Amino acid sequence: MALISDGNFVENDWRHLADEEDLPTAGKIIVSQKRLGEALAALPADRPLGVVVANTTDPAALAPHFSRLALISVAFPSFADGRGFSLARLLRRAGFTGELRASGRLVADQSVHARQCGFDTIEIPTDLAARQDEAQWRAALGAYSEFYQEGYGVRSSILERRRKATS
Amino acid sequence: MTAHDPQQAARSNAPTTTYLYDAYDTAFVRERVAEFRAQVARRLEGAMTEDEFRPFRLMNGLYLQLHAYMLRVAIPYGTLTARQMRRLADIADKWDKGYGHFTTRQNLQYNWPRLVDVPDILEALADVEMHAIQTSGNCIRNVTADHFAGVAIDELEDPRPTAEFLRQWSSLHAEFSFLPRKFKIAVTGATHDRAAIKAHDIGLRIHRDDKGEPGYEVIVGGGLGRSPFIGKTLREFLPREDLLAYLEAILRVYNRFGRRDNKYKARIKILVHETGIEAIRAQVEAEFGAMDRAPFKHDGVEFARIAGFFAPPPYESLPEESPALEEAKRANAAFNAFAEVNVLAHKTPGYAIVTVSLKPIGGVPGDATSAQMRVLADLSEKFGFGELRVSHEQNIILPHVKKDDLFALWRALDAAGLATANAGLLTDIISCPGLDYCALATARSIPIAQAISRRFADFERQRLIGKLGIKISGCINACGHHHIGAIGILGLEKKGQESYQITLGGDPSLAASIGELLGPGVSADQVPDVIEHLVDFYLAERRGEERFIDTWRRLGHARFKDVLRREGEDGADI
Repeated sequence: MALISDGNFVENDWRHLADEEDLPTAGKIIVSQKRLGEALAALPADRPLGVVVANTTDPAALAPHFSRLALISVAFPSFADGRGFSLARLLRRAGFTGELRASGRLVADQSVHARQCGFDTIEIPTDLAARQDEAQWRAALGAYSEFYQEGYGVRSSILERRRKATS
Repeated sequence: MTAHDPQQAARSNAPTTTYLYDAYDTAFVRERVAEFRAQVARRLEGAMTEDEFRPFRLMNGLYLQLHAYMLRVAIPYGTLTARQMRRLADIADKWDKGYGHFTTRQNLQYNWPRLVDVPDILEALADVEMHAIQTSGNCIRNVTADHFAGVAIDELEDPRPTAEFLRQWSSLHAEFSFLPRKFKIAVTGATHDRAAIKAHDIGLRIHRDDKGEPGYEVIVGGGLGRSPFIGKTLREFLPREDLLAYLEAILRVYNRFGRRDNKYKARIKILVHETGIEAIRAQVEAEFGAMDRAPFKHDGVEFARIAGFFAPPPYESLPEESPALEEAKRANAAFNAFAEVNVLAHKTPGYAIVTVSLKPIGGVPGDATSAQMRVLADLSEKFGFGELRVSHEQNIILPHVKKDDLFALWRALDAAGLATANAGLLTDIISCPGLDYCALATARSIPIAQAISRRFADFERQRLIGKLGIKISGCINACGHHHIGAIGILGLEKKGQESYQITLGGDPSLAASIGELLGPGVSADQVPDVIEHLVDFYLAERRGEERFIDTWRRLGHARFKDVLRREGEDGADI
């Protein structure tokens, strides 16, 4: 697996815990949605905990655990399945402020989509990272200087910039 | 006359009739071209697989067709300047085979571009403020509008500012670029629907509330294809300031809950059909209520900025009647026919709307050569403020021609083979490219259109028959809109043979209806006979001013089915 943050390939200090593994006593782990209840009950409150969720997850079901979750990873079953982008928006809207990760076979050309919808990081399989290297991810992230949509991303939209220019 | 050329119009005080890019729009389109150039290079180097490349080439309008790539260029809300039309001609000459095909969704298709040339073609389009963005793919497609926008006498409000507002909002939308399926939006601001809004994923009808404030009837879930549906009203009146927020709510519901297990059931029409309009309305309204609407609170300012571009051109103050026109009509029968059929009333006294038919007898519906495109560009400058429109009937419109100039315009069109007087008549056939070009097609469409056109070549007979829409699709995907043709023709393949199903009673207007099947399919060479029998029956039965569809509605489908049964007994195998 390779992890991309802000166009850079970075170290991944989170570990995916397989469903058959015991909960470890140390380290940052990402559990599946079905083991979330068990992990929340068993782990001390200061242990970093992440969860990987299906893109069909109801954000309201996760919201009660936001304060305890340092990371939510949204699984993309295919790069062409855009449900994860809406889920990211909804998780941010519901108040999740931790690391939001897109995981799956996303391609470099989707970096802007992911960032604008609220994802911090993208986790892709190694074979894909070998074909689409860091330079491609960085270039894709910088492909556009501005976007039209309001309320997406952290930079102001083209519409806001126009307003500021005329006022 | 060139005041409407974008370069000219950028001068202060020069009026414009269409939207002009600002520095942000220009940068965006240029960056898009650069991005696609890099994507093509990465595809050729192997950094992107074909599967990975595919959605990105589609979202730049590039299909892989039966024989070659096909590039679909957006003509947003069907509006073109003379300069843009010339550029389309130049591209056809330089990178294609000297012609282009105008489609039913206000796009232009080039059928023979090479992949490596496409970035240069997109660059050439960007030079004249055009693009091919989102003319394909599972995203929000080119937004279409009434082709008589701004000039129709039945218009309440020009739909183009709304369409341009949506064009910008939908361009590279981060959340809605990987939808379950394509998503088409059409806008009308007139009493008569010329944009087929009930056959779109979202149809917007501009109207006013009881306080006189402009807003939209929002219609959702219409569409053709293999499961045709007439759109249903989601909101009777949506205030303008809520437009983007409300569409975002609809798209979010669709993106999350639209089916992805079967591409043939993935359009929003299926979600609406299976979930029910009431439940969808509840979901959309809940999402609309829950979302943060603060980012949209200045939308009215941006809308007003855009609307400011669509000012009327500097019309002369003219009398409504033109003696010169009346005299020319009396003196020249061919011109008189053209003036009766292809010329429509304009909201400004002394002006007219002219439809230039791209349906010559025996021709390919919607095709135009580069030479014809240049003639149209020149004539638009000479007679029509340098502005052209593309209609979803695959014709070109000159929206503001002085009545006094109509005869001179007609002579020039006639010299270029562009004066076919059949707008709205039987030979004004809508047809998809069919098996001659398309990888999805199951049968040919163009030769069927050509055969019908030749059979009814007599213009006197066409005028006697009156308004009659024939629409032909070469497969179940219905790009030729056969479901909403008064006569629809669907080409299928049965045991290795082309077979054509005929439907009657389709209607693209606000009284929208889906055509009903006439009977078993017929062979390609029988289609003109069947059409002729149906038309003859209509002529024998019609009362007064009834159109074909009116007679069909009055008599009922069974009577028309009987016609074919009787003909079959006479020996014709139909």
